[in-house]
Amino acid sequence: MRFELRETRSTALIIGAPVMAIIAALVLAGGLIALAGASVIEAYRFILLGAFGTRSSIAETLTRATPLILTGLAAAVAFRARLWNIGGEGQLLLGAIGVAAVGAELTAGLPSAFAIPILFVVGAFGGMALMLVSLGLRQVFKVDEVVSTLLLNFVALLFVSMMVEGALRDPLAFGWPQSVPVADNATLPRLMERTRLHAGLIVALLLALVIYLIQARTIFGLQSKAAGFNAGAARFAGVPLGRTLVLVACISGGLAGLAGAIQVMGVRGHVTTDISPGFGYSGIVIAMLANLNPLGVIAAACFTAIMFIGADGMSRAVGVPSFIADVTVALSLLTMLVALFFTQYRVRW
Amino acid sequence: MSQTVALRLSGITRRFGETLANDDISLSLERGEVLALLGENGAGKTTLMSILFGHYSADAGTVEIEGRKLRPGNPRAAIKAGIGMVHQHFSLAENLTVLENVMTGTERLWLPRSRTAAARRKLLDLAERFGLRVEPDRRLGDLSVGEQQRVEILKALYNDARILILDEPTAVLTPPEARQLYQILRGMARKGLSLIFISHKLHEVMEAADRVVVLRRGRVVAERRPAQTSKDELAELMVGRRITRPVRAQATPGEMVIEARNVSVRRRDAIGLRDVSFTLRAGETLGIVGVSGNGQSALGQVMSGVLAPSAGELIILGRRITRADVPAQVRAGVGRIAEDRNHEGVVGELTLWENVTLERIGLRRFSRFGVIDRGAARAWTQEVIDAFDVRGGGPDHRTQLLSGGNVQKLILGRNLLAMPRVLIAAQPTRGLDEGAIAAIHSRLLEARAAGTAVLLISEDLDEVINLADRICAIVSGQLSPEIRAEDADARRLGLMMAGDWGMEGAQNAV
Repeated sequence: MRFELRETRSTALIIGAPVMAIIAALVLAGGLIALAGASVIEAYRFILLGAFGTRSSIAETLTRATPLILTGLAAAVAFRARLWNIGGEGQLLLGAIGVAAVGAELTAGLPSAFAIPILFVVGAFGGMALMLVSLGLRQVFKVDEVVSTLLLNFVALLFVSMMVEGALRDPLAFGWPQSVPVADNATLPRLMERTRLHAGLIVALLLALVIYLIQARTIFGLQSKAAGFNAGAARFAGVPLGRTLVLVACISGGLAGLAGAIQVMGVRGHVTTDISPGFGYSGIVIAMLANLNPLGVIAAACFTAIMFIGADGMSRAVGVPSFIADVTVALSLLTMLVALFFTQYRVRW
Repeated sequence: MSQTVALRLSGITRRFGETLANDDISLSLERGEVLALLGENGAGKTTLMSILFGHYSADAGTVEIEGRKLRPGNPRAAIKAGIGMVHQHFSLAENLTVLENVMTGTERLWLPRSRTAAARRKLLDLAERFGLRVEPDRRLGDLSVGEQQRVEILKALYNDARILILDEPTAVLTPPEARQLYQILRGMARKGLSLIFISHKLHEVMEAADRVVVLRRGRVVAERRPAQTSKDELAELMVGRRITRPVRAQATPGEMVIEARNVSVRRRDAIGLRDVSFTLRAGETLGIVGVSGNGQSALGQVMSGVLAPSAGELIILGRRITRADVPAQVRAGVGRIAEDRNHEGVVGELTLWENVTLERIGLRRFSRFGVIDRGAARAWTQEVIDAFDVRGGGPDHRTQLLSGGNVQKLILGRNLLAMPRVLIAAQPTRGLDEGAIAAIHSRLLEARAAGTAVLLISEDLDEVINLADRICAIVSGQLSPEIRAEDADARRLGLMMAGDWGMEGAQNAV
């Protein structure tokens, strides 16, 4: 058996690969569900019901997808330029805590139309700052950014923990370690009555479109792609490598920070150390599932959100632990990597 | 004909999709013979050898080794039958020693420890017998490319190869190293080994082979002995039509476009430049010859705006160059051909239009406020494709799909279509076949006739003699005094490249 490089990749193949990968992951996870003693079909039916069954479950799924779209974009933008940002989680946390610090009092007197954009920028800056630390370490000391972004996640988490138990602790929270809440003027408007779905979804969708257009249509998009694929050729063609990387790092870190800001302003109202159930890490999987395509990120984020929200309902109904969602999403990353291989190569016997 | 047949291929056919890579190829190799497989890029040489070595299996046909049929599609069977392959890109590990590299894959994994002593004896014995000097304990990464190739050959011999296949063995070597390699190969043949080497270099097969088999479009088109043929005939057989490399006509140089005075470049990882001085005028070509790795890269990069001179004065088109600024260089009208097509010239994963416009994407012609005008970019790429006969893809295809010659035509096209006043051409034809070389040469001559000043940095002596008006050698980052092309021949250039500059009649540069 041999693998040969494909000359062309058809659109069907590019869309089909992730779909096949997800189906394969579902089949594999089905084996685990069967091992747990439940009917596989039933379990998947309850997952779909849990994610789509009612108006409020649909809203909940989209609410969950919102930060995932942003962290997925953060990873996709960075990976496209071969900047391995594994630190979406920490950047999200810093964005969230920044919003809590500024949004509780400083912007409290402003009209929402000013307060909300200002806090978006604050959150984005939080994530950006952390990513730029890693990029600086890479450019000056040649520290691998995989390591530094990953480890800074823990630094960021402990910093948030310090803040919510210290300087930013909410005195009215009966001793719970949570931050002061952001003022009401910073709360994102609801998209559906009596649900948690908020305007952050619109922001995330628009950003996906904007990032797509930047990558496909602008000089910066072309230069960051060239720098990522072949730094030597990019340098020879006059691409400013350093500046391009800084910009990529800012966009990537900023998107992850914005995810944290939106989560605080749209869902939680305050920060706790468990504000992110791994949104940053899921973003990496989502970016890979989307094959780094910003529009694909939307679909991949929805898939992940469906699995997580659906698995909660499924676990109540058939008694299979909801960890099956984590397993399925993780499996889908592995199957996607295999599928990506087959979009590049064909098999000959 | 000598006594026995070592290898016989009969009716080998292999199809890749639409293309017939090998079409009913039959050939045989005598024991103790050096056979050259000559053909252009894409003629099917490498496919044929990959079938022989078991990397691919043939759609039809058989391989017989010393009368026994070889199991197809199985490299292990091929090694066991006595076939050794020396790849163009070595299959060696840089972080291991020579001995470890040679032993890799020969021992069973469950042995408690390596039988190093016996292996060392065998290796040194082979090295002695075939004149392939090596130091078994040197780390491979510390060896020169020529030495690494020796290790690759020894690795094949260590596996008891009796038939050795070398894929373009001289592509990575300097001319003296290449000559040494032929001698070693001839010696190995005298000691009873049978060799096939793949090449598209005519002088090489004339010099080293007992017999030449010419492949064209997947078929054997001729078989010759070097004594009974000529380079011209082989070239014609290989390409299928008469190919003559064009030669420059007289021209009158115009205004001064490059003035370099004592330019130096410091580099940490490679040889830079030391006190380089030369001038170049519009409508003339200055050729820089040299053994690879003597500062050519630094020279090409500093002229292309990729590196900044660290000392001295460099004036290009009236602008004093003090820092690396590619966009300024491009805007001023400096065309640049990178030394290494794949690592510097193009980004293989990008489309043709992206590669064609990347270095001038900031010009108003191709973008406004940072947004690319894709229509204009595609249109210009189509112009390049049409004007320079680039085959293998349209503006929206990935550049990876193009052959080396077509990539080079694309690079040349994107530069020349912009009517540059200076062209920095670093190794413009390295690794290309004769047809593509002739096409590139005539383009370079046209540019010169149109008034472009060309700085030609090359290792191909014929190329420099045919194209350049004046010639310098570069040795350890320094330029030799220059000579006129009329006074140049291979022997004299060879001496200059070796650093022997005490030539009579040499004029000092500036």
